[in-house]
Amino acid sequence: MNGIVPAPIAALPWRVIFVLFGLASFGTAVLYSAAGGSFSPWAGNHFLRFCVLMTMAVVMSRLPLDFWKKITFPLYVVLLLMLVAVELIGFAGGGSQRWINLGIITFQPSELMKPTVVLVTAWFFDRLPPSKITSFDAIWPVAVMLVVPSILVIIQPDFDAALAYIFCAAVVGFLAGWPMIYFVAGGVAVSILAPLVYFFGLRPYQQDRVLIFLNPENDPLGKGYHITQSKIAIGSGGIFGKGFGNGTQSHLDYLPEGHTDFIFATMAEEWGLFGGLIIIGLYVLLMRWGLKVAMESTNRYGQLVAGGLTCTIFFYIMVNLLMVVGLAPVAGLPLPFVSHGGSSMLTMMICVGIIMSIERHPGRRTFS
Amino acid sequence: MNDKRGPTSGQLEFTFSRRALFIGGVQAVIGAVVATRMAYISVAENEKYKLLSESNRVNLTLIPPRRGWFIDRIGKPIATNRADFRVDIIPDRLQSKEQTLGALTQLLDLKQEDVERIEKELKEAQGFQPVQVAAGLEYESFARVSVRLPDLPGVSPRQGFSRFYPSGAAVGHLLGYVGTVSAEEYRLDKNPLLITPGFKVGKQGLEKTMETRLRGQPGAKRTEVTARGKIVRELSSRSDTPGKPVQLTIDIDLHNYAARRLGVESGSVVVIDCLTGDILALVSMPCFDPNSFSEGIGRLEWKMLNSDDRIPMLNKSLQGLYPPGSTLKPMAGLAFLKHGIDPEEKVSCPGGYRLGNRVFKCLGRHGPMDMRSAIMKSCNTYFYSMANRVGYDAIAPIAKQLGLGQEFPLPFQSQRYGTIPDSAWKMKKYDQEWSRSDTLNAVIGQGYVIVSPFQLAVMASRIASGRMLEPEILLKNRKAGAHLPFPDEHLQVVRDGMDLVVNGAGTAVRSRLDLPDVTMAGKTGTAQVRAIKGGQRGQSGARRYRDHGLFVCFAPVAQPRYAAAVVIEHGLGGARAAAPVAKDVLTFLYDREKAMASLEALEAGWGGGIEERMARQYAAFQAEQGVPAAERSEM
Repeated sequence: MNGIVPAPIAALPWRVIFVLFGLASFGTAVLYSAAGGSFSPWAGNHFLRFCVLMTMAVVMSRLPLDFWKKITFPLYVVLLLMLVAVELIGFAGGGSQRWINLGIITFQPSELMKPTVVLVTAWFFDRLPPSKITSFDAIWPVAVMLVVPSILVIIQPDFDAALAYIFCAAVVGFLAGWPMIYFVAGGVAVSILAPLVYFFGLRPYQQDRVLIFLNPENDPLGKGYHITQSKIAIGSGGIFGKGFGNGTQSHLDYLPEGHTDFIFATMAEEWGLFGGLIIIGLYVLLMRWGLKVAMESTNRYGQLVAGGLTCTIFFYIMVNLLMVVGLAPVAGLPLPFVSHGGSSMLTMMICVGIIMSIERHPGRRTFS
Repeated sequence: MNDKRGPTSGQLEFTFSRRALFIGGVQAVIGAVVATRMAYISVAENEKYKLLSESNRVNLTLIPPRRGWFIDRIGKPIATNRADFRVDIIPDRLQSKEQTLGALTQLLDLKQEDVERIEKELKEAQGFQPVQVAAGLEYESFARVSVRLPDLPGVSPRQGFSRFYPSGAAVGHLLGYVGTVSAEEYRLDKNPLLITPGFKVGKQGLEKTMETRLRGQPGAKRTEVTARGKIVRELSSRSDTPGKPVQLTIDIDLHNYAARRLGVESGSVVVIDCLTGDILALVSMPCFDPNSFSEGIGRLEWKMLNSDDRIPMLNKSLQGLYPPGSTLKPMAGLAFLKHGIDPEEKVSCPGGYRLGNRVFKCLGRHGPMDMRSAIMKSCNTYFYSMANRVGYDAIAPIAKQLGLGQEFPLPFQSQRYGTIPDSAWKMKKYDQEWSRSDTLNAVIGQGYVIVSPFQLAVMASRIASGRMLEPEILLKNRKAGAHLPFPDEHLQVVRDGMDLVVNGAGTAVRSRLDLPDVTMAGKTGTAQVRAIKGGQRGQSGARRYRDHGLFVCFAPVAQPRYAAAVVIEHGLGGARAAAPVAKDVLTFLYDREKAMASLEALEAGWGGGIEERMARQYAAFQAEQGVPAAERSEM
């Protein structure tokens, strides 16, 4: 992928900033239109949040790679405790709760756990002697580190988060050099287990989402409504869209969650295929940058973290885009840097900040 | 655990680069899938989704077309549309049913009966399909609801049109009525117009048969709505195209007069123009008020209509069948003449006619009678004797030629054609030979013979004009029919007889026209409802056993212009009940003031006009059904 376009664009940090700025600005424009031509309640807030968190990411990039390596495990433990705390608060409050209110900001530990899973897995592989990569010792610690937070989020219940953890850990394991047979066997196991999980592991509302994804027209007014309306928004936009501010699906409330999870549909209605390709193009640049940083890093921890975090961002993009075009079930993941919403933007910016830090500190080869 | 030598860090470095590239490739593939999918939806399926987006956004509301008018032969309105204020509930937008209904009950003064209906309909209704709360409101009530709208979510007051029949009950059977479409009708024709609130279709009579012409084209209002149904703005609207008017042959003033003149009786009056066959009046009373139906009839009123022994739901002119009695004697005379009987030949009437060992009675001892005087005196003996000579199979074809027992190509849903019997008919129906006593009964319009008042009027018009007049209800230019297959001399003989009935020493001399230069000819008839038992002649006893009174007539005698038939159910006698009605109705055609004076005197005795009497009847019925006086309303 990095052979297609000449490299210098991605080499400099401000290039990435430019890409992210493009995505966030586009998101701001869409949010401005979705609010009927107003910066409140979404667009202004979104752009301000982007600027603050972008600054935070740049600050993070100044921190040395060793700093991240050092705090990895403590951070993981703190987040686990927070997940337990959330569980207890939810239990005390008599309902499910996913976030902690810290006064100024509310955040979801399960959300922050996603990049942390990447960090802690990379940290583990960094410490693992290379010769042990094919042994059982390369597996069970990862499994333990994965199972504990997964169980905590599944009882919330947030099955999607658990899937994200598994995805993150698997990607890092893949990059770290786990034997290919694990992934082949894993793929086979999933295809066997998926029906079992569907029938015994999923809650009814989650089963519904899968069923509706398979045939949204079956339930046009119920839960399939989201997918149907999203396709109508994208399809009616055509090549160049209905024009800025002219989207009827979003303005007349036919498109649910038009400013968060379905913002891509809101955008496509007004900007058409053209706008969609711009966003996809910006994401291509972002992914290319992330993977390039990973490949240029000379530090195993840096390599794995950069590659893993890039894929964490990619996971959001993939799940969201496949959902809005009707190729995946409805899952509550926003579109990175474009959707309105603080919690996910924070996670994404943490990912970007750490990747930028790795870019700044490629390090020496430190294998022993 | 694993003692074999594993990969080196250099190998892992290499693996990492390869796998990172692989991940980049997978990402590119997924990106391409999304882009392709998006291009497919937005380019290849663009039309489909554009349409879906439009149908989301645009809500099309139909505006029911105004129905075409019915007008009479000179253009006077018989059925029109009047501005109508109505209030509907849109179930989807209703927030608190109890509260809203409570407020509406108070504002509109709804009755318990209405509230029950609304609750039932709300339960069955779905989504945006409005449920009618009240229609035909006064502007004041409408305004009261309109100003309270902000507190009444889901309530929709609107202005529309509703069918209005200025003549009320008088035209009920002629035109029928309109009503909302039934589930069955909607199943057959899924036209969305049919379920638009305020839209009505013809349910009976001409309203039903002329539906396609009367309906018109609906208007439409396109509005942009949000997903929650809130109207954002009006996009465009097209006004309705009213239905085309239908011009009838009816003379509405004459028709209304005849309806009023029937008064408290149950019966019918049919008047036909002898020049063309145009139906000038086609009255059947008592009748429902079609205005009550177009506003949605109440349960109680419906019950009253169906429990009335005078059957106000039956169009007696076309669907009522009666033994015609002596009104058929002029027709029989024509048959005798056709079979060579000399009109001057005399038959002596000793008060009856002996056939075998049975005596068929006459109403009097008339002495020697020729054809003219036999018609004048309605002498049964003469007709028994002559009929016995020619046989009924010679008479039946003449009856049919004059329209009896026939169905006419008129746009009414059903006409009953009755029976003109003959030997073949009896053989087919009862598997029995025709007997001479059958002939005798049939010739005086009893026995198997039954006809409708409308057929009697057609017969009168054909005898009067001498032409094969075809009755018509829709006004158009037509030629008078061909001459009847009888010589003028024959027709003149029976017309002379009918002249004598009124103007000679006949049975209806008391109903002679009180006009300087117009005379009426006619024939009375008194028809038994049941076989005579003992001495009782159907002139007393329970109403339902009393004789029917019938009268057929035409005027002026010299140059017949109008023919009419009047039937009064259980009116005791033709001369007594039917002829006076015919006299006033024909008088109306020549001297309205005189006719009105006569009517007003009568109505004073009956306790008011049609509307007033019906209102009183409804109030009495409500009282009988136990409705408290405070809730009773006039019709």
